[in-house]
Amino acid sequence: MSTTNASSEAPLEGGRRGLLRRRPAAGTPAAAARDRRRSKQRRRLANVAGLMAALVLTGVGYSAFAPGAIAADEQSDTESIAVEAGRELYVLSCITCHGSNLQGVEDRGPSLIGVGSASVYFQVSTGRMPLVRQEAQAPEHPVIFTEAEIAQLMAYVQANGGGPSVPSGDLRDGELAEGGELFRLNCASCHNFVGEGGALSSGKRAPSLDGLTDEQIYAAMLTGPENMPVFGDNQLTPEEKRSVIDYVQTIQDQADPGGAPIGRAGPVAEGLVIWVAGVGALLFGIFWMGTKA
Amino acid sequence: MATTTAAPGAPTTKIGQAALEVDDRLIVAGPLRRTLNKVFPDHWSFLLGEIALYAFMILLVSGTYLTFFYDASMEEVVYEGVYAPLRGVEMSAAYESTLGLSFDVRGGLLIRQIHHWAALLFVAAIVIHLIRIFFTGAFRRPRETNWLIGVVLLVLALLMGVTGYSLPDDLLSGTGLRIISAIILSLPVIGTWAHWAVFNGDYVGTEIIGRFYIAHVLIIPAILLALIAAHLLILVKQKHTQFPGAGRTEHNVVGNRLFPTFAGKATALLFIVFGLCAALGGLVQINPIWLWGPYNPAQVSAGSQPDWYIGFLDGSTRLFPAWDINLPGDYTIPALFWPTVVGAGLMFTVLALYPMIERKLTGDTASHHLLQRPRDVPVRTAVGAMALTFYVVLWISGGNDVIADKFDISLNAMTWFGRIGCLVLPPFAYWMTYRLCLGLQRHDREVLEHGIETGVIRRLPSGEFIEVHQPLGPVDEHGHGQLAYGGASVPKKMNQVGGARRAIKGFFKPIEEPAEVQRQAELEARGLEAEQSDRQTISSGRPSEGGRPSEGGRPQAPRD
Repeated sequence: MSTTNASSEAPLEGGRRGLLRRRPAAGTPAAAARDRRRSKQRRRLANVAGLMAALVLTGVGYSAFAPGAIAADEQSDTESIAVEAGRELYVLSCITCHGSNLQGVEDRGPSLIGVGSASVYFQVSTGRMPLVRQEAQAPEHPVIFTEAEIAQLMAYVQANGGGPSVPSGDLRDGELAEGGELFRLNCASCHNFVGEGGALSSGKRAPSLDGLTDEQIYAAMLTGPENMPVFGDNQLTPEEKRSVIDYVQTIQDQADPGGAPIGRAGPVAEGLVIWVAGVGALLFGIFWMGTKA
Repeated sequence: MATTTAAPGAPTTKIGQAALEVDDRLIVAGPLRRTLNKVFPDHWSFLLGEIALYAFMILLVSGTYLTFFYDASMEEVVYEGVYAPLRGVEMSAAYESTLGLSFDVRGGLLIRQIHHWAALLFVAAIVIHLIRIFFTGAFRRPRETNWLIGVVLLVLALLMGVTGYSLPDDLLSGTGLRIISAIILSLPVIGTWAHWAVFNGDYVGTEIIGRFYIAHVLIIPAILLALIAAHLLILVKQKHTQFPGAGRTEHNVVGNRLFPTFAGKATALLFIVFGLCAALGGLVQINPIWLWGPYNPAQVSAGSQPDWYIGFLDGSTRLFPAWDINLPGDYTIPALFWPTVVGAGLMFTVLALYPMIERKLTGDTASHHLLQRPRDVPVRTAVGAMALTFYVVLWISGGNDVIADKFDISLNAMTWFGRIGCLVLPPFAYWMTYRLCLGLQRHDREVLEHGIETGVIRRLPSGEFIEVHQPLGPVDEHGHGQLAYGGASVPKKMNQVGGARRAIKGFFKPIEEPAEVQRQAELEARGLEAEQSDRQTISSGRPSEGGRPSEGGRPQAPRD
């Protein structure tokens, strides 16, 4: 692991440059300037390659002498395979708005450097990304990537600038009632008492939390997608986040003891029911009685 | 029961003797007989007010049950009850007792939900009743007093709703309470003092739930009861209005006597209303306060709404621009003052004074006991449609965030729809209703003059095609009807004048054999003449005969 940490930037830089070189750069106005820079880059690349070669040698030598490390190595191999696969998916589906280097494209999409795998997980696994068109806010669509593909995209973005990632383990391991208090204090003002969602200004909205996975809720709190503020670990500790998730998922799963929940939408839905079903039924009833006079 | 002191012999049965004993002391036989003989019109729309009455009875009974378990205290307690997601949370005793009422008391949640549904129905029934009274002109002299009482009843019902809504002290109602507090504060000059008087200090204090409780279970219900009694006594004294029709005059009431027919119908309706409230209370969840959480002034949820009947004020507040008036000397009249206090004040004042306003404008000071069809008073009908449209736009705007969310519309667009709509749509509704009324009037006159379209096309020797019209009465030498419009519904289909066999009886499914009806119909003479001679033996045009409430347009028998 220490080897990948030490050189985490360099080989990827090289990889991305390679990508650039493969692309026809004719349309770029900065092509001339780049040529001038290229010799310097090539030198730096050579240095990096040398370093890498040394590290790989060390690694190979180490693994030769320490058989127990083979597994770890295989893991890093699969990781780099995942990053490469993720890059290919990125080039196919994301590059238009987020740019060739994840740097973002003005008026289209933000930079993804440093957003972390949590953000990718939330946006892609809820079907918000890839975006179909520019709107007030990315709507949820059916998810187009498989879980494996999402993991590859996450690995690719995580490998380029790092960022927050969703922890593993039981994400509901918290205090239920405290989660409720935190939810009402921090979340209800947009997502409604029970996470039914609500309208924000100009077509934006806080979505319903119905049917989300624990990881998606955690990722949303951690990364603050769309108009949502980021609830970093200083605002809500990981324990508090788990409590909130516990509360949200508990009341989502909870049966409604009073009967049909009518969307748990409160007085507007209740008013609709009393006028349409209640008054409607009674008008029908008295009309019937009128014909029976 | 039937025995009176005037009977020639002493009653022989036990019950009769007992009744005689009672009557000797209380002298009730006469008034009782008059009451039991009171005649109620049989048109269905006369039952709307009764729905409100029965909803109120359900509210009294279910509310009494709730008081056994509810604790109107704002003392802070820590919840340790059965509902896990709130265990260990600090809350008021009022909220805790409401949770207990919902989860621990046998039938508590059902009764609470019946109470809440009945409350929504109560106000809804009052509003529909009011709409019926308005559009048929039933508020005209001599019934202005009852109209006024009715408007006061409506306002009191709203106050009942607001105070009751606040009692559980949950996050939803607490948000509403905060808005009430802000509205009181927005009153110019007296705002702060009024707020201190109501809340006994700054918001939220420790008193308000207890005060609302007494208002909700004692003060307002007592006034409501007294006014409902007055409303009904005046109704009995002044007698019912009725729609015009054969045999109906300004001096009689055609319908069913209180006993036994109307008492049977009223009891049936009571059970229908109760059944509806019980069904809703048992099947549809209302105000799940455990999901809202206890009130905490630091928390506000999206989608916090008042119950439907206050929705129009929420809507007016959402639509009104943020026009604070800053006066020298640190005085401010907040924008909130205009859409709530002034807006509601104006709306209810105009509503209460409408009979007087109309009397002034039309100069009609005569007593009226026959109702008007809405089409015959186009200006009033159009004014009513205009007012309703304005109300509905405000009402929709009260839930505009929910509509925006559910239908994926921009909230800003909803707000501007409301702002423009509440100014543009009412005049449009006025114009459209006015034209509709005139069109309907003209069609009535046309049918009276030329008869009913039979759908039979005849070719004349000249080759011209004409549609055969069935005149409703005698015609002059040009074939034009001689009937004047009498304010009652005019039959416009041949079926309504016996052109087809009568309708098969049965509401959901036929309760008689169609072939048998057909056979009988063939035995009888067909056409208007037979129908007329048949009907003259019947005292009133009941809806069961031909499905229309009256035989308007028919030459009427000489009036008594």
